[in-house]
Amino acid sequence: MSKLIFEKNLKGSNNFTIPPADIPEVDIRATIPASLLREAAPALPDISEVEAVRHFVDLSHKAYGVDNGFYPLGSCTMKYSPKINEWAARLPGFANIHPYQSVETVQGAMELLYNMQNLLAEITGMDAVTLQPAAGAHGEMTGVMVIKAYHQHRNDHHRTKMMVPDSAHGTNPATANVVGFDVIEVKSNSRGLVDLEDLKSKMTPEVAGLMLTNPNTLGLFEEEIQEIAAVVHEAGGLLYYDGANLNAVMGISRPGDMGFDVVHLNLHKTFSTPHGGGGPGSGPVGVKSHLADYLPIPLVIKEGDKYVFDYDRPKSIGKVKNFYGNFGVIVKAYAYILALGAEGIKDAAQQAVLNANYLRQHLKKDYYIPFDRLCKHEFVATAKNQMDENGVTTLDIAKRLTDYGFHPPTVYFPLIVKEALMIEPTETETRERLDDFLQAMAAIAEEARNHPEIVTAAPNNAVITRVDEVTAARNPIVKWEEQ
Amino acid sequence: MRYTPNSPNVVEEMLRSAGFSSLDELFTDIPEAIKLKRELNLGTGRGEMELSREMKGLAAKNFTTEEYPCFLGAGAYDHYIPAAIDQLLLRSEFYTAYTPYQPEISQGILQSIFEYQSMICLLTGMDVANASMYDGGSALAEACNLACNNAKGKKVLVPDTVHPEYQQVLKTYAISGKMEIVTVPSAGGVCDLDKMISLIDKDTACVVIQQPNFFGHLEEVEKLADAIHGQKGFLVMAVDPISLAILKPPADLGADIAVGEGQTLGNSLSFGGPYLGFFAASKKFLRKLPGRIVGQTTDTEGRRAFVLTLQAREQHIRREKASSNICSNQALNALAATMYLTLIGSTGLQAIATRCHQSAVYAAQELQKAGLKLKYQQPFFREFAVLLDDPAGANDRLLQNGIIGGYELPDAMLLAFTEKRTRAEIDRLVAVLGGRA
Repeated sequence: MSKLIFEKNLKGSNNFTIPPADIPEVDIRATIPASLLREAAPALPDISEVEAVRHFVDLSHKAYGVDNGFYPLGSCTMKYSPKINEWAARLPGFANIHPYQSVETVQGAMELLYNMQNLLAEITGMDAVTLQPAAGAHGEMTGVMVIKAYHQHRNDHHRTKMMVPDSAHGTNPATANVVGFDVIEVKSNSRGLVDLEDLKSKMTPEVAGLMLTNPNTLGLFEEEIQEIAAVVHEAGGLLYYDGANLNAVMGISRPGDMGFDVVHLNLHKTFSTPHGGGGPGSGPVGVKSHLADYLPIPLVIKEGDKYVFDYDRPKSIGKVKNFYGNFGVIVKAYAYILALGAEGIKDAAQQAVLNANYLRQHLKKDYYIPFDRLCKHEFVATAKNQMDENGVTTLDIAKRLTDYGFHPPTVYFPLIVKEALMIEPTETETRERLDDFLQAMAAIAEEARNHPEIVTAAPNNAVITRVDEVTAARNPIVKWEEQ
Repeated sequence: MRYTPNSPNVVEEMLRSAGFSSLDELFTDIPEAIKLKRELNLGTGRGEMELSREMKGLAAKNFTTEEYPCFLGAGAYDHYIPAAIDQLLLRSEFYTAYTPYQPEISQGILQSIFEYQSMICLLTGMDVANASMYDGGSALAEACNLACNNAKGKKVLVPDTVHPEYQQVLKTYAISGKMEIVTVPSAGGVCDLDKMISLIDKDTACVVIQQPNFFGHLEEVEKLADAIHGQKGFLVMAVDPISLAILKPPADLGADIAVGEGQTLGNSLSFGGPYLGFFAASKKFLRKLPGRIVGQTTDTEGRRAFVLTLQAREQHIRREKASSNICSNQALNALAATMYLTLIGSTGLQAIATRCHQSAVYAAQELQKAGLKLKYQQPFFREFAVLLDDPAGANDRLLQNGIIGGYELPDAMLLAFTEKRTRAEIDRLVAVLGGRA
């Protein structure tokens, strides 16, 4: 295990300096009230630059990214992040501009935002787009706030409930609650799709909307989406599209054409921006024209040849974050869309779906697949066979995969499938890489059959073995403290 | 330019191997009526060289803080970023990784978050910190939400000296019906303490104070802390992490929750994002915090290990009962902050904070010598407002003189000073604003 940065402290080794002052020095005790001054400086580590650099390089060796290898983490769309996009976001003309500069001095940035609003509207089939939300869940919150504001402006105050399928991402019910809705869960049917009868039976004038992921978290397309949309709309509700899985259908079918009123996108999934070890992401929200007035301020509009911010939107929900969104992330996604163009975007969806179906067909020899039919960009396998045979669990298989050099799939999600292994290969993998993964999965199935102790003890090659999560939660240590 | 690596031949073979005859057959589950019958209107793809030319062209249309000394602050600041940070951030094991859900292969990222949490606690003096929020404004909204969820009432008192965008974000979040935001008019560029204290009652969940406030001024906090604690409510502070090198930490002022904008810690301006919000609190809130938290534990061999902990608070476990809906945060920006604080150290942070303050004091003196007046007479950290008849006109003149001016207030300009600003740049600013250039 690496020492903590605090344990590498060597007093006097940090040589960072700023240029000598060419202005009169001021005694801060003369200009700041004593009651507000800190007694002792915060005890940050005292470390030389070389040791600081080695520390973080060492930590990077104990991490695993898409550039290290296959990362079939379902619902996360861990596709390759093109390097040109990293370069573009670091151009001084993008990285070194202040958000409050006058618009005349940032016309390139404004043009990019304006174009991006339009590109995303086209891809989703929506009429207006905000780029402000910082992440997928933040986009969900924004979209659900828009739904709430829409009903409120129509004096439709009794719509207090939000419908969410039982297969939904956890952020959906969490978002509905955070925005102040009660959650109604809609059941999935035996085919893994929204149970239309259950939906109808729960639909009341109190329902504000339905949040849906399509294809859903089982990787299955909601074939009755038009009927679902009709049920929701006839009852006066709105239909919300969770864009986590848009990668499967972009260029082929658009949420706007499926009947959705609001959609959020995850630029860090569908549009290749890197996940950063947990962020930053970007969660733009698109809406149909009847909801456009409620989007956060400002939007970027064009007046003559000039790009400006439009703050004059009296029905807007307001702002969901400071400034205009995660601009640096938006730059990368913009470059990605330009690089691919219309054909490339469709090609990406097609290849993503092909890779998923290729894995599904070849994995079912050893693993039980509860909904074994044409899937979209991902599918859910399970450890049912291994569990029944020798008590080997999904978690064991996930850990063992790391010994073979792969990042595990998403595990134990969606909640409606027991021992779920949710596999999303993405379009940026070669057949060779997929075959390597299939071989590893077959080898693990073999081990689970004949030497289950190898699998249940995994990982065997990592820097640590399995961790004690119970103690971590029972007696939390969440920061370093001087002994 | 495509990033799909399989050749058409391989695609054909894979289709056959998976039991399909064409790519179209992979989409037969989508009803024809909702299929797009045309190509998306996105234009044709660009090769990398064309793309780089186009991106450079757009970037070149912007005036950068590299070419124009920048006196804008108001929530985002032009600080120096040590060169090592970007080199390290480009380690793709960091930036192409997902959230560290699998601890065995993510110890590096987990440890870096643990170090980040520790540093935020050192700066703020608070007991616990999470792994980051989207930005300062959304962190403040989450802080008030946390306060309301744990207090009897749901009234949130906010002086109008808090950053206007933070106030807007807070009001937007209040559409939930779980918070009632009351904006309290200020007096003389600082919070009107008497007024604030008179409004505190048993329905008040929290009071918010920003230190330094939007105008750069230093607020008196302790009386407010006593008053709100007297009614069993909470003190929420939004703080500037650079200032915490010299200013009293929020914990010592009685804060129960301390949040802020972490952009200044090694993150570029990037037209407003991505930045990071930091979120720290006293121990009583540990099991209720929004967002991810990394904890220390051991592996089965007894070695120290790090893991995402207390996940029962979070949306992927708790669903509609979660304390927040946050999932992705700003991990890479938090990593930049950790690297920044490591590379500059305590003395570096103090030197930077002190220089910011000294430059602001110098500029205020010079502006007054040039016949201008400050809008308020209050102690400030690195930002203050100077009275001007026509702030927009003044900014135009500054730009003509190669300077990005300040934030325009109705009758004044808010000017910010970082360690990057030289005496020559400040003198030029004063000359233009004083009508001598």
